[in-house]
Amino acid sequence: MPIFGKPKYTVVKVSRKKTMPEGLWTKCEDCGEIVYNKVLEENFRVCPKCQYHFILTASQRIALLTDGSSFKAFEDGLRSLDPLKFKGPKGSYPEKLKEDQILTNLEEAALCGRARLEGKKIVLGVTDSRFMMGSMGSVVGEKVTRAIECATAESLPLIIVSGSGGGARMQEGMLSLMQMVKTSAALAKHDDAKLPFISVLTNPTMAGVMASFASLGDVILAEPKALIGFTGPRVIEQTIHQRLPQGFQRSEFLLEHGFVDRVVHRKALKSMLAQLLDYFGGTKGKKS
Amino acid sequence: MAEIWLDFERPIVELERHIEELRIIGTQGEFEVKEEIERLEKKAVKLRKEVYTNLTPWQRVQLSRHPRRPYTLDYIKEITDEFVELHGDRYFGDDAAIVAGLGRMGGRSLIIIGHQKGRSTSEKVERNFGMPHPEGYRKALRVMQMAAKFGKPILSLVDTPGAYPGIGAEERGQAEAIARNLREISILPVPIIVVITGEGGSGGALAIAVGDRVFMMQYAIYSVISPEGCASILWRDAAKASEAAEALKLTARDLLKFGIIDGIIEEPVGGAHRNPGEAARRVKEVVLNSLEDLNPHSPEELVRRRIEKFSKMGVYKE
Repeated sequence: MPIFGKPKYTVVKVSRKKTMPEGLWTKCEDCGEIVYNKVLEENFRVCPKCQYHFILTASQRIALLTDGSSFKAFEDGLRSLDPLKFKGPKGSYPEKLKEDQILTNLEEAALCGRARLEGKKIVLGVTDSRFMMGSMGSVVGEKVTRAIECATAESLPLIIVSGSGGGARMQEGMLSLMQMVKTSAALAKHDDAKLPFISVLTNPTMAGVMASFASLGDVILAEPKALIGFTGPRVIEQTIHQRLPQGFQRSEFLLEHGFVDRVVHRKALKSMLAQLLDYFGGTKGKKS
Repeated sequence: MAEIWLDFERPIVELERHIEELRIIGTQGEFEVKEEIERLEKKAVKLRKEVYTNLTPWQRVQLSRHPRRPYTLDYIKEITDEFVELHGDRYFGDDAAIVAGLGRMGGRSLIIIGHQKGRSTSEKVERNFGMPHPEGYRKALRVMQMAAKFGKPILSLVDTPGAYPGIGAEERGQAEAIARNLREISILPVPIIVVITGEGGSGGALAIAVGDRVFMMQYAIYSVISPEGCASILWRDAAKASEAAEALKLTARDLLKFGIIDGIIEEPVGGAHRNPGEAARRVKEVVLNSLEDLNPHSPEELVRRRIEKFSKMGVYKE
């Protein structure tokens, strides 16, 4: 075979992938294993081979953690506006909102309401990382704050499951940043009322969300291998001009450094929450 | 100090220098320069007006980062009669990017905290360019809680590109430190006055910017993300920072309109660095007036009003 020039034979590309019917199989984003969808669903959308936790939608998360159809979302009708008339390079902010509303079938990146968890009354907030990266603008901040205030007013335990790669939402500028104060201040009152708040961190929870309510749980749980931190890994690498160590900013790293109480496998999450609520007197909804 | 001027201020500075030279020549009495000086001074007034009434958001960003701009310790030196700096977070170390201490000002004693940038290269490194680690925020909270214990009001001076993005900062819980500050500062039972003096860089600024009265210097900025960061995410090009600065609505005027801040402190013509003493005097006046305003409120009332103020922030449809 000549070293230079054209090879004397023709390469015929043969796809090694067998054609798969749509929607029957899913490839694991971490180990590449092809998983039968039915198996994935039965396994709480966790890869049976490497235990990679697929990102859940808000409704999947609610179904995972609450009893039957006990979840009743607050009907607040809150909708985002475009106070900055934000001018980005492509598409307006309202267009992006509409796109993600269609994609996720959600009005906004957070869904909050009353629910029962193994019979115990709770207030539950969930962010959906598919909706503008789960970022917090005025509406997400207001929804989370109202959920906290509802829990305080009704003496209920509060659980917030965070999934936000975006932190504070750029398109609403400083109005977004101020939601960090709003949610944290509401938690100060909930805390003052001696009510429990359990923060559950999922992949990914970063920046403004992690630097406000998500970090303020009495107990903080994390799903395995979730990316959790303040500054995104890419920005850190660019700043310090070096590669980040393996496992940096993952749940296990936070556990090791003392910022997470427990790393909990998804299949054990509901029972762990129930167990914690038992300790805090969650059944009566009041300190006992 | 090295001759560092921004492009748009250079013609003004050069004109002022020229006038100054003529004055010196005038005092020597050899030439008649009075008319020429008058002409040039008129020109300077016009030029200043032209440049400073139509500053773009990006020019304001540049002014807020001006290397000659007064920093926290410069303000402290000007506005206090006495200042005793306190160090350390009691957990890990002392972060020189945040200063904290006890001060006396206008017959009152108070606690002052603030970000601190460096002037010379070695100072810049020592102060980590004003970008705190978690221990900086924890020191600030420790000293602020001490203020609450002794019933002292707090003045916080904000000027940072942001919380430091590094390995150690993440290992020691940058997010936790900021979150805890937000929760704890919102319920501190003493008056808190905040002045954004230069750069209000996102969460790294906010962590010490919760207060009963929040002011911005006229040419300060306060932003959810740096214009460069926003440009590199949305435009995929950090060079589009001026477009991002426009889009982010980060100027004092914009933020007053959105109810994020309570007032703007006018800077001397050309910016605080052109007359730091006067800038500091104005800060002091606003701080003392604000403390006077807040004086009648009980501690419970202060906290209630503070939380209510921040709870109202946000724009949405219901």
